[in-house]
Amino acid sequence: MADTVHSSSHKDYAGSKLGMWLFLFTEVLLFGGLFLVYSVYRSMHPQDFHKAAAGLSTALGTINTVILLTSSLTMALAISALQRGNTRASVLLQAATIVLGLVFLVNKYFEWSGHIHEGLYPNSPELLSRSHGEILFYGLYYVMTGLHGIHVVAGLVLIGIMMALTGKKRITAEDHGKLENAGLYWHLVDLIWIYLFPLFYLIT
Amino acid sequence: MKTNFYNTGGKHKGILAWVLSTDHKRIGLLYLSCMTVFFLTGMTLGLLMRLELIAPGRTIMAAQTYNALFTLHGVIMIFLFIIPGIPAALGNFMMPLQIGARDVSFPRLNLMSWWFYIIGAAVAITSLFTGGGPPDTGWTFYVPYSIRTGTNVSLAVFGVFLMGISSTLTGLNFVTTIHRLRAPGMTWFRMPLFVWSLYATGWVQLLATPVIAITLLMLMAERFFGIGFFDPAKGGDPILFEHLFWIYSHPAVYIMILPAMGAVTEIIPVFARRTIFGYKAIAFSSLGIALFGYLVWGHHMFTSGMSDEARMIFSLLTFLVAVPSGIKVFNWVASMYKGSIQLDTPFLLVMAFIFLFSIGGLTGLVQGALATNIQVHGTYFIVAHFHYVMFGGTAFAFFAALHYWFPKMSGRMYNEGRARIAALVLFIGFNTLYFPMFVLGWKGMPRRYYDYLPQYQPLHIVSTIGSWVLATGILLMTYNLLRSIRSGQKAGDNPWGGTTLEWKTTSPPPAENFEQIPEVTTGPYNYT
Repeated sequence: MADTVHSSSHKDYAGSKLGMWLFLFTEVLLFGGLFLVYSVYRSMHPQDFHKAAAGLSTALGTINTVILLTSSLTMALAISALQRGNTRASVLLQAATIVLGLVFLVNKYFEWSGHIHEGLYPNSPELLSRSHGEILFYGLYYVMTGLHGIHVVAGLVLIGIMMALTGKKRITAEDHGKLENAGLYWHLVDLIWIYLFPLFYLIT
Repeated sequence: MKTNFYNTGGKHKGILAWVLSTDHKRIGLLYLSCMTVFFLTGMTLGLLMRLELIAPGRTIMAAQTYNALFTLHGVIMIFLFIIPGIPAALGNFMMPLQIGARDVSFPRLNLMSWWFYIIGAAVAITSLFTGGGPPDTGWTFYVPYSIRTGTNVSLAVFGVFLMGISSTLTGLNFVTTIHRLRAPGMTWFRMPLFVWSLYATGWVQLLATPVIAITLLMLMAERFFGIGFFDPAKGGDPILFEHLFWIYSHPAVYIMILPAMGAVTEIIPVFARRTIFGYKAIAFSSLGIALFGYLVWGHHMFTSGMSDEARMIFSLLTFLVAVPSGIKVFNWVASMYKGSIQLDTPFLLVMAFIFLFSIGGLTGLVQGALATNIQVHGTYFIVAHFHYVMFGGTAFAFFAALHYWFPKMSGRMYNEGRARIAALVLFIGFNTLYFPMFVLGWKGMPRRYYDYLPQYQPLHIVSTIGSWVLATGILLMTYNLLRSIRSGQKAGDNPWGGTTLEWKTTSPPPAENFEQIPEVTTGPYNYT
C-alpha cells in the first residue's frame, strides 16, 4: 500500500485509514436502523408518505443538497491543496467547508421552525390529528434529519480542529492522514444526506 | 525486583497512572477489576431473587422490587460483565502479546473505550437511585411497557448506549490491530486461535452494536418526545422494536461466546501437550458463526405473530448456525485424543465448559424448533438454556482463561488445590441451580414471575440451594485468585509450557511487551 503520507516510524497510515473506514461502517449501521424503520413504515403507508412529503420545501432541500455536495468538493480540494504544499489554500478551503456546513444548518433551522410554527412536531395536536402515515413520516423526518444534523455539527468541529492543526503545521504535505480521515467522515455525512434528500423531499 | 509494566514509571502517579494509561495491559486489568465487582453485584442480585423464589408468594420482597431485581441482574450481567467480558479484560491484555505487538493500533482509543464503559456503567447504576427508581422492564426493555413505565428507563438505556460505544470501539481497535500489527512471519494461519476468535468477535461488535444504539435512542425519543415509532395509536408497531432489539442482541450472544471458545482452544493444546486438531476448521467456524449469527434473530420472537414462512426460515438458519459450534466441540475433543493430559484447573474448567455448553447448545435447538418453541417460550426452560450457554459456557471459559493466564498477568501461581475445590463446588452448585429450571420450564413455570403455583415449589427449593453452593464456589475462587496475587508462588516466564508468544516474555511482561519483537516461523501450537 502506498505510504506517501507516512512520516515517523510510530505512525501506521494504512492502519489509521482502516480504522476510519471501520468507524464509517458503524455510522452506516447506526443510520441503517432508521432507514430500516423508514422502509417498513413507508411500505405500510405509501400514499400518506407521498402526501406528507409535499409539505416539505423541495427548493430548500435541493439548495441544501447542493451546499453539502459543494462542501465535499471544498474538503477534497483542501486535501489536494495541502498535498501540493499550499497550506494557506488548504486552510481557506477547510474554512469554506465549515461555512457551507453552517449555511446548511441555518437552512435546516428555518425548515424546522417553519414546521414547528405550523404545529407539525412530534406529539403535537395538529400532527396527531393527521393519518398514521403522516405522523410516522414527520417522526422519521425529525429524528433522521436531527441525527444527521448532530453529525454535521460533529463534522464541523472536527474540521475546525483540522484547520487549526493545518495552520500550526502539525498537518503537513508529508503527514496529513488526519485530514484525509476527517474528509472521509465529512463525505459520509454528505452521503447520508444524499439518501435522506430523495426519501423525504422527492417522493411527491 | 525486575522491571515490568506494573512498576515502570510514566508521567502520571498513583491511580492516574492506571486510569489514564494507554497500556493495553493496564486497560485490560482495569476492565477486569471493574467486571469482578459488577459480576459479584449481579450474583448478589441473583441470590436475592432465588431467595424470594424459595416459596410462592411474598417471601422477602414486594413484586415491584422483584421486577427491578431481575431487570438489574440482566442489565449488569449482560452489559457490564459478559459483553465486555473476555475481549475487554483478557483480549486487551493478551491479544497484542499473542501477535507479537507492542500494543493495539489505537491505544488512546482503547483508553477512551474504558472510560465510555465506566461512565456508562455509572449512568446505568445512577438510574437505580433517581427518578422513578430502577427499571422494571426486564433487560429487554420491550415496548409498550418500557415507554409507559414511570421507572428510570431512559437513564438506564442511555448508560447501555454509552457502554455500546465502548464495545464498538474495542471491536474497531482489535480488527485493525489484527490486520496491521502481527509480528514478522505471523501469517493469518499462524495466529493463535484466540486471536481468530477476537477478530470474528470484533466484526460483530463493529456491525451489530450500532443497531442497538439507534434502537435505544429511538426508545428515548419515544419516552421524551412521543415520536410514535412503536406506538400503534400513532401508526407505530411494537414488534418493530423487538426486531431491532434482537438484530443486535442475537449477534451479541456471539460476542459473548466466540472469545470464550477461543480461550478454550488456547488451553486445550497446552494441557493435552499436542497441537490443536483442525486449526482451519476452528478459524473458519468462528467467522461462520459470526456471519450466520446475524441471520437468526427471529428465533427470539417466534410467538410474536410472524408469518409461518418467516418462522421456518429463522428456524432453519438457527439449526445451521449450530453446525460450526458443533464442529468446534468435535475438534476440541479430537485435540485431546492421544494427548498427555495435565488435569490442572484451567483444563478442568475447560472440560466443564464443553459439557455445560453442549447442554446449553442442544437445548437451544429445542427452542429453535418451531413446535417445541411454543411449549418453552417465556418459561424457565429458556432461563436454564441461556444460563448454561452464558454462564456454563462463557463464564466458565472466562474462569479457565483467568487461571491459565493468571501467572502471566501477576507473575505468581494461584493455589492449585484451592482452585480445584472451588471449581468442583462451582460445577455442582451450577447444575443444582440451573438444571431443575429445564424441568420447571417444561412443566410450565413462566420466567420473570414473582409468584408461582405450589406444585413448582420443590424444584425451586433445589434451585435456591444450588445458588448458595454456586456462590460459595465463586467466592472461594475469587478469594483464591485475589490472595494468590499477593502471596502465590512466583511463576516463571512459562509455567505451563505454552507455545504461543505471550509465554516468550516475562511474567509479568515489561511495559513494551517484548525486549525484541519475535520473528515467527511456525504455527502457534508446535508441540513436536
